[in-house]
Amino acid sequence: MATPVLDKVEADSAASPYITVTFRVRRFNPEVAAEASWQDFVLEIDPKERVLDGLHKIKWDEDGTLTFRRSCAHGICGSDAMRINGKNRLACKTLIKDINPEKPITVEPIKGLTVLKDLVVDMEPFFQAYRDVMPFLITKDTNEPTRERFQSAEDRERFDDTTKCILCAACTSSCPVFWNDGQYFGPAAIVNAHRFIFDSRDEAGEQRLEILNDKDGVWRCRTTFNCTDACPRGIEVTKAIQEVKRALITRRF
Amino acid sequence: MKIHKYDTVIVGAGGAGMRAAIESTQRSRTAVLTKLYPTRSHTGAAQGGMAAALANVEEDNWEWHTFDTVKGGDYLVDQDAAEILAKEAIDSVLDLEKMGLPFNRTPNGTIDQRRFGGHSRNHGEAPVRRSCYAADRTGHMILQTLYQNCVKHGVEFFNEFYVLDQLLVEVDGVKKSAGVVAYELATGEIHVFQAKAVIYASGGTGKFFKVTSNAHTLTGDGQAAVYRRGLPLEDMEFFQFHPTGIWRMGILLTEGARGEGGILRNKDGERFMEKYAPVMKDLASRDVVSRSIYTEIREGRGCGPEGDHVYLDLTHLPPEQLDAKLPDITEFARTYLGIEPYTDPIPIQPTAHYAMGGIPTNVEGEVLTDNTTVVPGLYAAGEVACVSVHGANRLGTNSLLDINVFGKRAGIAAANYSQKADFVELPENPESLVVEQIERLRTATGNERVAELRRELQETMDANVMVFRTEQTIKTAVEKIADLRERYKNVSIQDKGRRFNTDLLEAVELGNLLDLAEVMAVSALARKESRGGHYREDYPNRDDVNFMRHTMAYREVGDDGAESIRLDYKPVVQTRYQPMERKY
Repeated sequence: MATPVLDKVEADSAASPYITVTFRVRRFNPEVAAEASWQDFVLEIDPKERVLDGLHKIKWDEDGTLTFRRSCAHGICGSDAMRINGKNRLACKTLIKDINPEKPITVEPIKGLTVLKDLVVDMEPFFQAYRDVMPFLITKDTNEPTRERFQSAEDRERFDDTTKCILCAACTSSCPVFWNDGQYFGPAAIVNAHRFIFDSRDEAGEQRLEILNDKDGVWRCRTTFNCTDACPRGIEVTKAIQEVKRALITRRF
Repeated sequence: MKIHKYDTVIVGAGGAGMRAAIESTQRSRTAVLTKLYPTRSHTGAAQGGMAAALANVEEDNWEWHTFDTVKGGDYLVDQDAAEILAKEAIDSVLDLEKMGLPFNRTPNGTIDQRRFGGHSRNHGEAPVRRSCYAADRTGHMILQTLYQNCVKHGVEFFNEFYVLDQLLVEVDGVKKSAGVVAYELATGEIHVFQAKAVIYASGGTGKFFKVTSNAHTLTGDGQAAVYRRGLPLEDMEFFQFHPTGIWRMGILLTEGARGEGGILRNKDGERFMEKYAPVMKDLASRDVVSRSIYTEIREGRGCGPEGDHVYLDLTHLPPEQLDAKLPDITEFARTYLGIEPYTDPIPIQPTAHYAMGGIPTNVEGEVLTDNTTVVPGLYAAGEVACVSVHGANRLGTNSLLDINVFGKRAGIAAANYSQKADFVELPENPESLVVEQIERLRTATGNERVAELRRELQETMDANVMVFRTEQTIKTAVEKIADLRERYKNVSIQDKGRRFNTDLLEAVELGNLLDLAEVMAVSALARKESRGGHYREDYPNRDDVNFMRHTMAYREVGDDGAESIRLDYKPVVQTRYQPMERKY
């Protein structure tokens, strides 16, 4: 069998030239000043590094007061959703080279949620909307089966896309409807309702649909697709919302 | 300062903490204190699966699983605990399915299962399909499902509350848990939680290594809190290095990739695991595979200009299979390396992954204050704990299992205890230690920087106590850590505020890492043998005569205030399996 060769990757990594990049970060700390302001940081960085690496360089080597949330650093924990060059992304999944390092890279908190300090926002309204759609399996059978419930591979596939959600809020905080009206459930909550409505094992689809039939429910969606563009997990968020709307009309899911 | 009163307090909201909370909330008034939002925990990064002998796709039984766990742990496993793990695995998986976890399914609708390292049919005959999985995001699905069920049961969370101290009070000559002291990140306020029972489920310590699969937040906070209060830590020298981390970054690429047929190759394209493990090959246990990779690299068969990695080759697998079974890790390769795994092999190297050691507990999750005595009201489960079901080396898919089996057990045991026990009176000024620690860091003016000390710690750990160790390298690490601990006294931070002061928290976390790194190195120095994840080149064989025993490390403070570590040992529980030579 052929020997695996990785010439092009090794050529890239061997070069690894550091470049100079400006991070333009939105700062806010009510302990210091009432208003938010922009601050520039100039960094030497490998363009294959992540925006999160850049923020760490600032925090660790320049300004320890810079505040942001992060944990896993590879796009699975959902802590570090930010507005980077005007678009919602995870800082740990965004490579410097992919966002034009020629110009200053702007980093702001996600929109529509109260900023508490620098890039940290109040996540509570976001999680409240999530809790409101009853995001857990509901079954009516009082006699639990001794083994697992059966589910065909096709039925399992039906809701696979929406199980990928990591609750990072990139979608909800990219939605113009949510910016203007914090009462709107927002895409993430609908995605998580979708995950159960279309799960063949669940028996509370009607209840969830009624919750989303509310004036602050799915009908507020204006299908701008911002949410789909923003999702770092590649979930087709707008499609999921459309499927919920259709289910409300046809009552078939 | 605020005082709260709960029957049961759980520290940490990852898999073990939330599994415990689901049980404990239904039986006692429970609060979960977590430094991260619940779904941010590193349980979510686990990929490959959760082992259980369901026998859905081929013959299997829990006794084979027990044997594999004991052998995988190089016989340092407590066999009574391993038997519970393997037996209760089946109900644990079924519990999760009933809670809604979307497992992958077989054509007949049952939970699908796949191969994983070290799991075998009939005591090592051949690999067996035992891992229940949801694509390569099983941990994510477990974390989400457990959080969903916490929402269902109305579990009370205190998010971004950082537990910094464990309160122990002596009552009639018995040391009991009285509660914990926590720091609220949003406000800087100190909170004392008086509780009849406390469960630690705060995860691992991997951030003392540089190349690690662990989250930035895995800094051994629970281990450090109880260790500083004089309770022992068990088997801290045993740390698992996962064979397939993304080269230089450490990001995990699941063993499930090899379970699906992925092959490790050196620079000559050779499938080198055939030499080291003729039967299990690429699916030998993780310590064996990690050592084999480094042996290839050391002997000049590593890949790349510096010969410092090997390849994980998935190119012979159909793209549809990769899309269906390994979607996340193939995306990691594309995102972080710019590599297309359909056509190119992925550069990998071993990555610091999992602490086998931790806070010693019995099988009910009760924390031990010595080899046999429990601390009434104190529990631990998950990676923070050492039951010990993993011994010297954990098998893949046994950690997601551990958090479910022992998280549930600890949750039930703690709630049952708090139903019948009384509150232990809080000590005078229960917050004093934490207030002193926080104020000292906030007002310090020294010239040492947290980030610099942490970098030096991580570099010395990678260089000296990783896959291969010798007396000399470990001593180098011990000396370096002692030096760093001295310099830590002069550490200062820039953020002096109270609101979301993560600068302050990183300083606290570094203090925890330094304490635990020292325990690890000192424990490793004393273990003059090779076993599982602890490999001593100067003592390359397992020594059952002198070292078939668990290490118990205690912090001692002399009359002059000088700190030291006292090592003691605890017998291994053996039931049906006699130690044998370990071959794969």
